Amino acid sequence: MMGRVVIVGAVQTRYEPRKAHQAINELVYEVVAGLLKQTGVRMQEIDSMVTASQDAWDGKTISSMSVNEVVGAYLKSEAKVAADGIQALIYGAARILAGAFDYTLIVAHCKESEGQPDEITKVMFDPFCERPLGLNDAVAAGLQARRYISVAGIDSRALALVSQKNHRSAKRNPLAQRSGDYSLDEILAAPSFADPLTELMAGPRSDGACALLLASAEKAAAFGDRAVCIAGMGNSTDSYWTDRDLSEAEALRQAAQRAYTKAGISPDQVDVAEISARYAHEELLYGEALGLWKREELSALLAEKNPLRKRTKVNPSGGPITGNPTTVAGLARVAEGYLQLAQLAGDRQVPGAQVAVAHGASGVCGQSQSVVILRRGNA
Amino acid sequence: MVSVQKVEAVKEALRVPFRMKLEFDYAMGAHAERFFHALRDHARILGVKCPACKRVYVPPRPVCGICFVETRDWGEVSDEGTLVGCTVVDLPFIDPMTGERRPVPYGFAIIRLDGADTAMYHFLEETDPKRMYVGQRVKAVFREQRTGSLQDILHFRAVQG
Repeated sequence: MMGRVVIVGAVQTRYEPRKAHQAINELVYEVVAGLLKQTGVRMQEIDSMVTASQDAWDGKTISSMSVNEVVGAYLKSEAKVAADGIQALIYGAARILAGAFDYTLIVAHCKESEGQPDEITKVMFDPFCERPLGLNDAVAAGLQARRYISVAGIDSRALALVSQKNHRSAKRNPLAQRSGDYSLDEILAAPSFADPLTELMAGPRSDGACALLLASAEKAAAFGDRAVCIAGMGNSTDSYWTDRDLSEAEALRQAAQRAYTKAGISPDQVDVAEISARYAHEELLYGEALGLWKREELSALLAEKNPLRKRTKVNPSGGPITGNPTTVAGLARVAEGYLQLAQLAGDRQVPGAQVAVAHGASGVCGQSQSVVILRRGNA
Repeated sequence: MVSVQKVEAVKEALRVPFRMKLEFDYAMGAHAERFFHALRDHARILGVKCPACKRVYVPPRPVCGICFVETRDWGEVSDEGTLVGCTVVDLPFIDPMTGERRPVPYGFAIIRLDGADTAMYHFLEETDPKRMYVGQRVKAVFREQRTGSLQDILHFRAVQG
């Protein structure tokens, strides 16, 4: 079992294609100020902050420098994670479990509208054998999607179903960038960027930020039902994308196992899963690695009236396919899990949710995987 | 794998060139928009005050990082100020907005404008290091044609103080 660390608040911006009147520091201040208001905690009480941002996306080295002021880091202990914000959360939780701090503020931001995503994601790749071929994140996703559906014995219609379900769920999420009742034909006929993926099977370019506040056991009691326990966490890093079977997600399987074991929770107890799937096939692959279903069940589960709803509600927020920027996507999954268990999820609330799983990924085809398990209450 | 008995030692170092396109289109944000509108339309330099410690920030920003309080009161500061630091630069650079190379040498300074508590950075008209000093009084020279960027100030010129 883990020691005790709780989440006492979570705030996200609306996700939008281009926040034209907000600079990065103003974007981040919006969620930090919102979080202080939501929790009633004053910045003077918070001595630790872990931020997530990426130099290449911000177009600025040591990208946390532009947000230090608005996260209240002046003369305090701030550290930056240059990966998905879920890793900032895990780092921040460790700071509290170590007994070093009562509160830790976690913030992730990205404005994908300001850079050139296809150019920026090119430099993830090996300069000798891959970059000369023009590879970027979108092309790698197409390769993985085809590999996955071939091995799983499904077709692109399954990917369209995932997209349809998520865009429908997003209608209940006022923060979502894109939502609606798309027909399967519409999704399949949307412009293709890397076969079999169409533009409606992939998250759109997006701007946004997310902030959470973590607290120690001593502080938790004062927050009542608004304190949600982090019951388990797990991280795992896979081999480079060229060296593994892209139809599997072994690192996620292991990260999930570590988190479930620490939490003393099994996948069949999970009420809500928020999965970082920017591309439709990822939701199917990652849900399997999180133990929510078996690959053989997929066709049957997708044919249901509520697709993929075995026991767990998957991505009631709509997930990243409906618009979450990189770096923010995984932390936003934790925020959504928190809102569900604190009964603050509004129209997208899953009634009676007790256990949530949040997932985040970084790197080419999800080389680095993180899982956070949340349990209602602070016990 | 076919075994090769003898692989020749490579003497020539190989390299792969890679040209990275780094283009950004930053939203200035509400605070900078106000600052640059005033600079462009009225040749005025605006600052914003922290209601707690009364520091005046130039250029403006949303939060006083020291007090963690939202800045609030806007006002005009002087176009004259004092050099906090100065240097003469001999390294040429390409202006990121015009793509043109700036001739060297050029004077460069940290300037605290009268009425401001923070300093801003800009060019000096002076290029002789013997004729500039910390504490020197300077005044902004505005361009006739202004576009809403920091280049709307051509440079700072020494004045009698």
